[in-house]
Amino acid sequence: MLEVSEISKNYKNIPALNKISFNVGKGEMFGIIGPDGAGKTSLIRILTTLLIPNSGYAKLDGLDVVKDFKKIRKKIGYMPSKFSLYQDLSVYENLSFFASVFGTTIDENYDLIKDIYQQIEPFANRLAGKLSGGMKQKLALSCALIHRPDFLFLDEPTTGVDAVSRKEFWQMLATLKKLGISILVSTPYMDEATLCDRVMLIQKGNALTIDSPAAITAHFPHPMWSIKGGSLYKIKKVLEGYEFTHSVNSFGQDLHYVDKRTQINITEIRNFIQSKTGELVEVNTILPNIEDCFIEYSR
Amino acid sequence: MKKLRAFIRKEFYHIGRDVRTLIVMFGIPIIQVLLFGYVLTNEIKDVNIAVLDLAKDNESEKLINKLVSSGYFQLSESIASYDEVDELLKSGRVKEVLIIESGFAAKLERDKLAHIRIIADASDPNNANMIVNYTKGVIAGFLTEMNAGSANAQAISMKPKMLFNPEMKGVYMFIPGILTLILMLISAMITSISIAREKELGTMEVLLVSPLNPIQIIIGKILPYLVLSFFNAFLIILLGIFVFEIPVLGSFVLLMAESLLFIILALSIGIFISTVAKSQQVAIMISLVALMLPTILLSGFIFPIDNMPLVLQRVSNIIPAKWFIIIIKNVMIKGTGFEYIWKETLILVAMCFFFIAVSVKKFKIRLE
Repeated sequence: MLEVSEISKNYKNIPALNKISFNVGKGEMFGIIGPDGAGKTSLIRILTTLLIPNSGYAKLDGLDVVKDFKKIRKKIGYMPSKFSLYQDLSVYENLSFFASVFGTTIDENYDLIKDIYQQIEPFANRLAGKLSGGMKQKLALSCALIHRPDFLFLDEPTTGVDAVSRKEFWQMLATLKKLGISILVSTPYMDEATLCDRVMLIQKGNALTIDSPAAITAHFPHPMWSIKGGSLYKIKKVLEGYEFTHSVNSFGQDLHYVDKRTQINITEIRNFIQSKTGELVEVNTILPNIEDCFIEYSR
Repeated sequence: MKKLRAFIRKEFYHIGRDVRTLIVMFGIPIIQVLLFGYVLTNEIKDVNIAVLDLAKDNESEKLINKLVSSGYFQLSESIASYDEVDELLKSGRVKEVLIIESGFAAKLERDKLAHIRIIADASDPNNANMIVNYTKGVIAGFLTEMNAGSANAQAISMKPKMLFNPEMKGVYMFIPGILTLILMLISAMITSISIAREKELGTMEVLLVSPLNPIQIIIGKILPYLVLSFFNAFLIILLGIFVFEIPVLGSFVLLMAESLLFIILALSIGIFISTVAKSQQVAIMISLVALMLPTILLSGFIFPIDNMPLVLQRVSNIIPAKWFIIIIKNVMIKGTGFEYIWKETLILVAMCFFFIAVSVKKFKIRLE
């Protein structure tokens, strides 16, 4: 189990992390969700013993990430955000190198990586640099798992990977979770938050909220409306000038609109938009998603 | 041990699959040795000359034969009058014209003095100077031979005595220098690049999180290149022996053992550089600037240390190449044994320990 307490990190005078605290239980999948530059990589590097925090502490199964770094390094699997396997080594050579470095063999832990590795096994003799993005991720995950770690740290594993491979990748993580491996994963994709047991929304080094995705969306403080149809850009501009507007953001084909008042009706909003733009729109109440929550909390 | 073996195997995969590294490791040394050996020599060989023999007697004939058989000159034209001399030199077909006066043999016999005019193409003054000196040397030899046995002859002796390098062969000086330069540059640069590459590509991040410790990583990086560099040294020395006919007067085993020591030193310097350099470019720059210039300028390879200002003489003491050049010159050219070079060897051993200790200490177990 991982215990993180008031971790802060500065680069020279620029703060990267500000008093981050959370816990990850055994067999839990914990997500760190935030845009680029939020401090996700710094946090993961501190937890994987690669960086020293300026203040605060983190303990993995009671071992301190600064003092007991050698012991921790034996227990964890780490997949950095950049593809960091040897491009000029083949798939098989990479895997067997990492197995040996961790004092094990591929055969010994084959059952653990079987489901993942089987998909790239036909290309065992291909150089890692010549693999597609999705296959690279699978190889990197296999290499991070080959020594049967208790805790897996994945830094933006799905960035730059196509939608199908992303989906497959999350399925693999779910399988690993079932085997009792604790997983801490960071991602800039808000829609991936719902795949985690609990998430931390992080922005500019500050934790916005920490909870299960369902609880986060349930605790959204305002009713939310979706607005469809018409010229969204024009409607958004108009709503931004509306006296009761709390927030309005575009989501693909919709606008997500939050009103300051608690008691309102759909016709009122429709009429306002029609009077200003002459356009008829469809307004429905909706439940907010994680991205709405992120925008709300980082206001 | 198993971890280290896997690491070394991985390094050999890198080397074997990177054509550029292989070219840098083996192609460049061979090309450099051949270039330095052939191009930068101060000796002359088969220079085209012409002779205007106005005497055409047996002595002038003998002199010409003597010149040609020396191996330095090649008689490419024979001319019959003064008018052709200018034209011939201008055309560049010959570098030197010798004019032997008429009645050469008779004058030598009667007056004990005959004249030869040497006209050289001085558009390349150094070269001309050298050709003229060689010619004088051959003629002096000719005179000495002729005067042998006759009592009242004017004996002219111009033969200089050159210890260790009687023929003033340039390669004798260059091979130790090049061996040093190549071993220093290639070994240090390649190890520093290979570590910097791991940092640049992010694989160092994964290696750090693994249970590998710094000593294992450093040994894993040094060993493969040690083997290759040792092979390189062997290759260069063989080139010296078989292509440039430089004898190894001392013990060959001692020479190789000293080379091995110097390679270990160069590799540990490479590791040290990589603890400072974050990218491959920086590693290359540091290797080139911090190693190449001092190795060429301050090691005694090209400029004699005794002629340097005192400050630079002191500085030269910390240049590893200086000590190694002294060692190989001793072993290869003077043929001395270990008892004459133990001090220099000790200095190199101390430098080795210093760099390895600093590298292990400076090796970062975390990211910055």
